[in-house]
Amino acid sequence: MTPALTRLREAGARAWWLLRELNGEHAYDRYVAHARSHDPGVRVLTRREFENRRVDRRDADPREGGGCC
Amino acid sequence: MSRTSPRSIAVWLLVAAIGAAGWVAIALARGEKISATWIVAAAVGSYLIAQRFYARFIARRVLRVDDTRATPAERHNDGVDYHPTDKRVLFGHHFAAIAGAGPLVGPVLAAQMGYLPGTIWIIVGVIFAGAVQDMVVLFFSTRRNGKSLGQMARDEIGRIGGIAALIAVFAIMIIILAVLALVVVQALAHSAWGTFSIGMTIPIALFMGGYLRFLRPGKVTEVSLIGVVLLLAAIMGGRWVSESSFADAFVLSPKTLVICLVVYGFVAAVLPVWMLLAPRDYLSTFMKIGTIVLLAVGVLVANPDVNVPAVSEFASSGTGPVFAGSLFPFAFITIACGALSGFHSLISAGTTPKMIQKESQIPGIGYGSMLMESFVAIMALICACVLDPGLYYAMNAPAGVLGDTVQSASQAVAGFGFTISPEALQHAADQVGEESLIARTGGAPTLAVGMSMILAKAFGSTGMMSFWYHFALMFEALFILTAVDAATRVGRFMLQDTIGNVVPRFRDKDWKPAIWICSAVVVLCWGYFLWVGVSDPLGGINQLYPLFGIANQLLASIALTISTTLLIKSGRLKWAWVTALPLAWALAVTMTASYQKLFSDNPKIGFWAQRSTYADALEAGKVLAPAKTLDDMSTVITNSTVTGTLMAVFAGLTLVVFFSCLCVSVAHLRGKSKLPLQEDPYVKSELEVPAFSLRKPQTEEKELVGAGAE
Repeated sequence: MTPALTRLREAGARAWWLLRELNGEHAYDRYVAHARSHDPGVRVLTRREFENRRVDRRDADPREGGGCC
Repeated sequence: MSRTSPRSIAVWLLVAAIGAAGWVAIALARGEKISATWIVAAAVGSYLIAQRFYARFIARRVLRVDDTRATPAERHNDGVDYHPTDKRVLFGHHFAAIAGAGPLVGPVLAAQMGYLPGTIWIIVGVIFAGAVQDMVVLFFSTRRNGKSLGQMARDEIGRIGGIAALIAVFAIMIIILAVLALVVVQALAHSAWGTFSIGMTIPIALFMGGYLRFLRPGKVTEVSLIGVVLLLAAIMGGRWVSESSFADAFVLSPKTLVICLVVYGFVAAVLPVWMLLAPRDYLSTFMKIGTIVLLAVGVLVANPDVNVPAVSEFASSGTGPVFAGSLFPFAFITIACGALSGFHSLISAGTTPKMIQKESQIPGIGYGSMLMESFVAIMALICACVLDPGLYYAMNAPAGVLGDTVQSASQAVAGFGFTISPEALQHAADQVGEESLIARTGGAPTLAVGMSMILAKAFGSTGMMSFWYHFALMFEALFILTAVDAATRVGRFMLQDTIGNVVPRFRDKDWKPAIWICSAVVVLCWGYFLWVGVSDPLGGINQLYPLFGIANQLLASIALTISTTLLIKSGRLKWAWVTALPLAWALAVTMTASYQKLFSDNPKIGFWAQRSTYADALEAGKVLAPAKTLDDMSTVITNSTVTGTLMAVFAGLTLVVFFSCLCVSVAHLRGKSKLPLQEDPYVKSELEVPAFSLRKPQTEEKELVGAGAE
């Protein structure tokens, strides 16, 4: 691959990473890494369980987010 | 200074030159029309200089940010609430959380004073007041584990100040919700197209919620893209609906819309977050960033001329039809968001401090996001100023003054000193696919017309104007409905906590009756003011918008007071002017405005004078225009009493906080302080911030995703 193309691919990968990070799509990976590093034997939640719990926490404490003025 | 390279000096000289050129072009215009590009140049040049020099000065000298000190994100890193987040990503989060419909509405209304006062206040205000407030509050909350503004007030200035701050926050939030909802009602009233496409956002959000919950958990980017496509389809479908035989089903009166919104607000606040709020949040963040970029490109490409005068005669006479009162203080009240918005202090203290990697990122995120919001306000101002002034007043004066027909509106506009023919008025409405544009107050329709002109000019084809118009309306309504949903929940949460002091069970966040009761109370509170807004014969925006602006800046005064006290308590007295000067300005503006709104002899400005004028007339059995019946007269009297009382309460609460802070500061300076500084102890930072890393390699991710078998 030519260097220009490689650079373009890298830039694309960065932009995609930023977009996914902005949308919180890496939260699950972070959680798994965190849980494993503290106790390797622990049962890790599935992605579904994790994402559902994450959004349900906002039911109890809705102060996150905003978008008023 | 030795590190400054010649290249950097050259770049900053260029930036300064661009900014200066913008200001010179604005300042030297004498009667001739100027291009909107000059306003953009002045703004961007000033922002860059302020970010590079003033924000850095505040960070280094005043706050003394310390990168060897671990932030809450590093100390508590739990992978969920607290985790050190990439600064660009956090900037995006923070910006999406502070920016909403506010900066789009205020500048449009303030265009009544001409473009100059708004431009100067938005740029100078953000640099010396708004962005400073956001950044300093963010800093203090970061040093306090991400505590909220209310908690900081309680801990640092004592119980009375803390309680006053809490009540003020709640009351101000109700008014903000009511006024924002009023903007939506004004935008959708009698418009089948708008009502249909906004209504469609509810099933779209429900679909997205179900998709994330049941089909593909966590795939936010994917579902957001699907959502945006559906949203665009809904806007295009709106044209078809408005031309179809069942269009009448979507033509709703303002009062019907109020009932719909109140019911929607309640249902949305008690439904689980995943169904409606979370997907709406994703959708509005996408739309927010996308549309702002689109508009910025549009302004630069279209390069429109500014059509309103630099300073209109309403600035000094104070008799403007959009809102009453003269330049000082009312232009500064009308533009709150975008220049100085107290609401941001609630965001800056809370989520963002728990995610910051290093203290040195505080100016980029806190100050920078606010500059970005200010830029949005500048765009909104430009959208309003490219409109023909005749059209602007025909859209923004109260319905009672303009009458129902294009002829009566044209005459009324001539009375303000501007001209627009009835045919031109009808043509403008036809172009954007509306039956009528008369008295479409609230800012959103005006912004949408301006935006549709700019985008149609930039990307060719006037045939697209009606699409852009409804696109802009949808974008604003989407923000507002998301904010209504989110803020109703926050209000409910605060109320549950407060009632919990008396009835402990209310603190239980899973106990449904508490959730329902508190949600209903919050919805009815803002619903009441919303009803007042649509039923007031004097025009709801005219009556309520100043209350909203004053409330927001009173909240800013509270945040700046607390910040100044914290600067003094933490031994930074020498630099306390950094927040004390904007505080003095905010207090001068809000207190003058509150005083005039309460006690002015002019019944168009003062609530008490308005009340007694109408009460006297009612006693004599007379009907004063724009009221049409004796019932209207009673409505005016009740409304001015309620809004006047509320204004007095706001101002009173702010003064309570101010004097509590003053006592604490004086006690501290005399060495008699009973309330010690509550800063978290120093913990050495171990965190290295990589320049840029795609933190999770692809292979590892695959393995991790497969980790927890279902």
